[in-house]
Amino acid sequence: MSVNNKYEAVIGLEVHAQMLTKTKAYSNDINEYGANPNTNVSVISLGHPGTLPVMNKKTIEYAIRLGLACESNIAPYQYFARKNYFYPDLPKGYQITQDKTPICTGGHIFIKTDDGNEKEIGITRIHMEEDAGKSIHDVDVYDTLVDLNRAGTPLLEIVSEPDLKTSQEAYNYLTEVRKLLRYLDICDGNMEEGSMRCDANVSVMLKGSKVFGTKVEVKNMNSIRNVQRAIEFEISRQIEQIEKGEAIAQETRGFDALKGITISQRTKEAANDYRYFPEPDLQPITVSKEQIETVRETMPALPRDLFFKYINELGLSSYDAQVLTDTKSIALYFEEVIQTTKNYKGAANFVMGDVKSFLNNRSIEIEDFPIPAKHIGLLVNIIDEGKVSTSAASQKLFPLMVENPAVEPLTLAEQNNLIQESDENSLITYIQQVINENPVETERYKNGEKQLLGLFMGKLMKVSGGKADPKLANQLLRTTLDNL
Amino acid sequence: MYKNFAEVKSALASGRRVVDILEDYLKRIESKKQLNAFLEVFSESARQRAKEVDAKIADGTAGRLAGMIIGIKDNICYKNHKVSASSKILENFESLYTATALQRLIDEDAVIIGRLNCDEFAMGSSNENSAFGNVLNPLNEDCVPGGSSGGSAAAVAANLCTVALGSDTGGSIRQPASFTGTYGIKPTYGRISRYGLIAYASSFDQIGAFANDLEDTALVTEIMAGADEMDSTSSREEVTDYTPVLPAGKLKIAYIKECLEIGVNAHIKEAFLKLIEELKADGHEVTEVSFPYLDYMVPMYYVLTTAEASSNLSRFDGVHYGYRSPNAQGTEETYKKSRSEGFGAEVKRRIMTGTFVLSHGYYDAYYSKAQKVRRVLQEKTNEILAQADFIISPASPNVAFKRGAISEPIEMYLQDIYTVHANLTGHPAIAIPHGQKIDGLPFAVQLMGKFFKEKELFDYSKLLEKYIQ
Repeated sequence: MSVNNKYEAVIGLEVHAQMLTKTKAYSNDINEYGANPNTNVSVISLGHPGTLPVMNKKTIEYAIRLGLACESNIAPYQYFARKNYFYPDLPKGYQITQDKTPICTGGHIFIKTDDGNEKEIGITRIHMEEDAGKSIHDVDVYDTLVDLNRAGTPLLEIVSEPDLKTSQEAYNYLTEVRKLLRYLDICDGNMEEGSMRCDANVSVMLKGSKVFGTKVEVKNMNSIRNVQRAIEFEISRQIEQIEKGEAIAQETRGFDALKGITISQRTKEAANDYRYFPEPDLQPITVSKEQIETVRETMPALPRDLFFKYINELGLSSYDAQVLTDTKSIALYFEEVIQTTKNYKGAANFVMGDVKSFLNNRSIEIEDFPIPAKHIGLLVNIIDEGKVSTSAASQKLFPLMVENPAVEPLTLAEQNNLIQESDENSLITYIQQVINENPVETERYKNGEKQLLGLFMGKLMKVSGGKADPKLANQLLRTTLDNL
Repeated sequence: MYKNFAEVKSALASGRRVVDILEDYLKRIESKKQLNAFLEVFSESARQRAKEVDAKIADGTAGRLAGMIIGIKDNICYKNHKVSASSKILENFESLYTATALQRLIDEDAVIIGRLNCDEFAMGSSNENSAFGNVLNPLNEDCVPGGSSGGSAAAVAANLCTVALGSDTGGSIRQPASFTGTYGIKPTYGRISRYGLIAYASSFDQIGAFANDLEDTALVTEIMAGADEMDSTSSREEVTDYTPVLPAGKLKIAYIKECLEIGVNAHIKEAFLKLIEELKADGHEVTEVSFPYLDYMVPMYYVLTTAEASSNLSRFDGVHYGYRSPNAQGTEETYKKSRSEGFGAEVKRRIMTGTFVLSHGYYDAYYSKAQKVRRVLQEKTNEILAQADFIISPASPNVAFKRGAISEPIEMYLQDIYTVHANLTGHPAIAIPHGQKIDGLPFAVQLMGKFFKEKELFDYSKLLEKYIQ
């Protein structure tokens, strides 16, 4: 038994999600990523003397949306707070945030555990706040440059309960959070660009212990995978330390992705006293029941709901349901496909197979996929009806549909002579022709070489120009040969 | 020399142009330079603006303030003009925008003549805390004009502008008005937008006006008042015509007994009691109420305002704009040295006090408790005002004192004993000059009214004027 089995880890995550509002949290400045430095800044973002924040109401709506998705309590009365600290990219010298009255408390997010079961991860709180600007250290040789475009960008901070046990669970949790944010159109969830960020609180304790170990905060992970790596490293490091009989320091550590290690940044003694107090420049917010209901009415379908719908109502496998709901746009596309076909498995196969590989080959998103979802549904239907063969559908009709997205698949099949022959009389004509043209093989078949059926089938398809319904043709061919 | 807007208007009626009136004021400012009331005279932009207003008068399109020459306290932002809050830390800083309240006056064709000296970041009661020198009281140049809006009070008292804007966080308009024999109002919190007012204590600050008569005070207040989408603490309460009209019928007036039990100047007390007797004699109902919170007001005020100030003044860090210490190496030192060198002693004292009361382990004992008491104070004040039209008191316990006479911060803070009340509770309050003088120095009566009842406050003041002038 390895030493690692003596211990268990306790992990809580803090996720910061930049909201996709048109304007910033407390001003009319444009909220966008990638603009030229210091262009989306007015006197408010710059924190000039005499300026005041004005609440962007959209941020409340977004926060309620996430709260509803997580089944959190939504506070009817809230006020903002100032978190005071000095930093060059913090122009006011304080961040407007929520301290004692977060908009959402409680709730949960479901993740897959390492063994594939579902596990509930508690949400401690979700609150609204503003982002700081960005300090840029690597552009100018001598100076640190400050870009305040990001200053004032609205954020949601999502704090989980310390319910995560492994780095894989942390990975799965972040994947679920990101999926949820994307489904809700709150945040684009791009960790590389920093629109979604994550800090991890990690501690270890002896298995079964009731007392948590000393917590270490890990920062600077720019991908979900790196969060996983950082946690993995941190767990081993802490266990090693404890095994050596050394105490764990309560500190903040940064993750070095190149080396795969965490490095101490700040100890508890050096921590800031943020001197939170109620923000006097903003009125408290009240959220009415009606307001919550209005948001509820416009809530999109959530990935977990769709997942269970696909399994329970559509009879899909959990693998299929997972793949289809991983990405909101794919799920929405599939939802549209199944408006026109009742063959859900067939539709799922087509979307997960032909459609997805087309997207992969072209490196495009489903939003740019030319074929309307309705036509995929119709295609599944005409395959089921035996009008086109599965192989003709994939290999010939599908590319034609890409080229002619406005034309229905049946019309395209007709125009391009892809309707398969399901008429028994004409099939029998073809069979007769094949038998006549191959007397030697026919004789051998009659003498018991049943394996020659494949050869006859091949010739039959050739004679029919590939249009023979293979299933029916096969059946008729066998009957005809056996009765000779 | 023009004493008020009425005199300006009669000059206009007799053919003088706004450009001429402006020149008269500019000359007067020049002749009173020793007062140090103006930190900067905006001669160029004011002359340009005066020309434009003259053109509008000729067109018949001029606004209600055409001809009015206004000075602004040096903590109100005016686009493309310097604003420093009388602090070295903002020396040579130019604002990129105009405060909403000021814009509303400009939209009515007022001409802005310059920025007026004040205590640094509006912290002070004598205008001795300015980084750019103290202001002299025009009525006795050995005395202070009061503070923090000392330059504004002095400028109006000396007729260097028709009206001046000030800001009032704990009495910074009413106390200097009292010291200079001018009218000064602190409107209801939220009545006038704070957008563009450099914040001292956000939940206390209000912009207000100084003038030489009630009518000008009311007119300018009315124009500045009203909701502003740039200030979410501004009220949507409707703004009516503020022109003062003598109220019909008898008034119900309350005064706080304890106000006269503290160290108030004997002459002021005597004049105040006489006024009360006269009002009673005329059939007005004057009620003495007990309000045992006076001792708490100044401490409460300093806990809460310094807390807010410590945060509001964080932005002056030497990084983005304003003064940056040339002696600093690196970020940490830039903060420390820029702020140490850029702020004056009183500002530093208040930042440190505020940082202390908000710090971990002290928050509940100070800030939290003061907030609770503030709510109690507001309730109790509303209870009095439910029974009375307004609360009357002296505006200040003293007349203007000599420069340097008060060196103890606590003693200086107690100068605000009558005025902080209205800032703690948000009620509107006005100082109107008493006709009498004590050794040539004026003093004022303060009326504190109900929320958003500025109009009534002006009407009551008009009645009061008959007794004291």
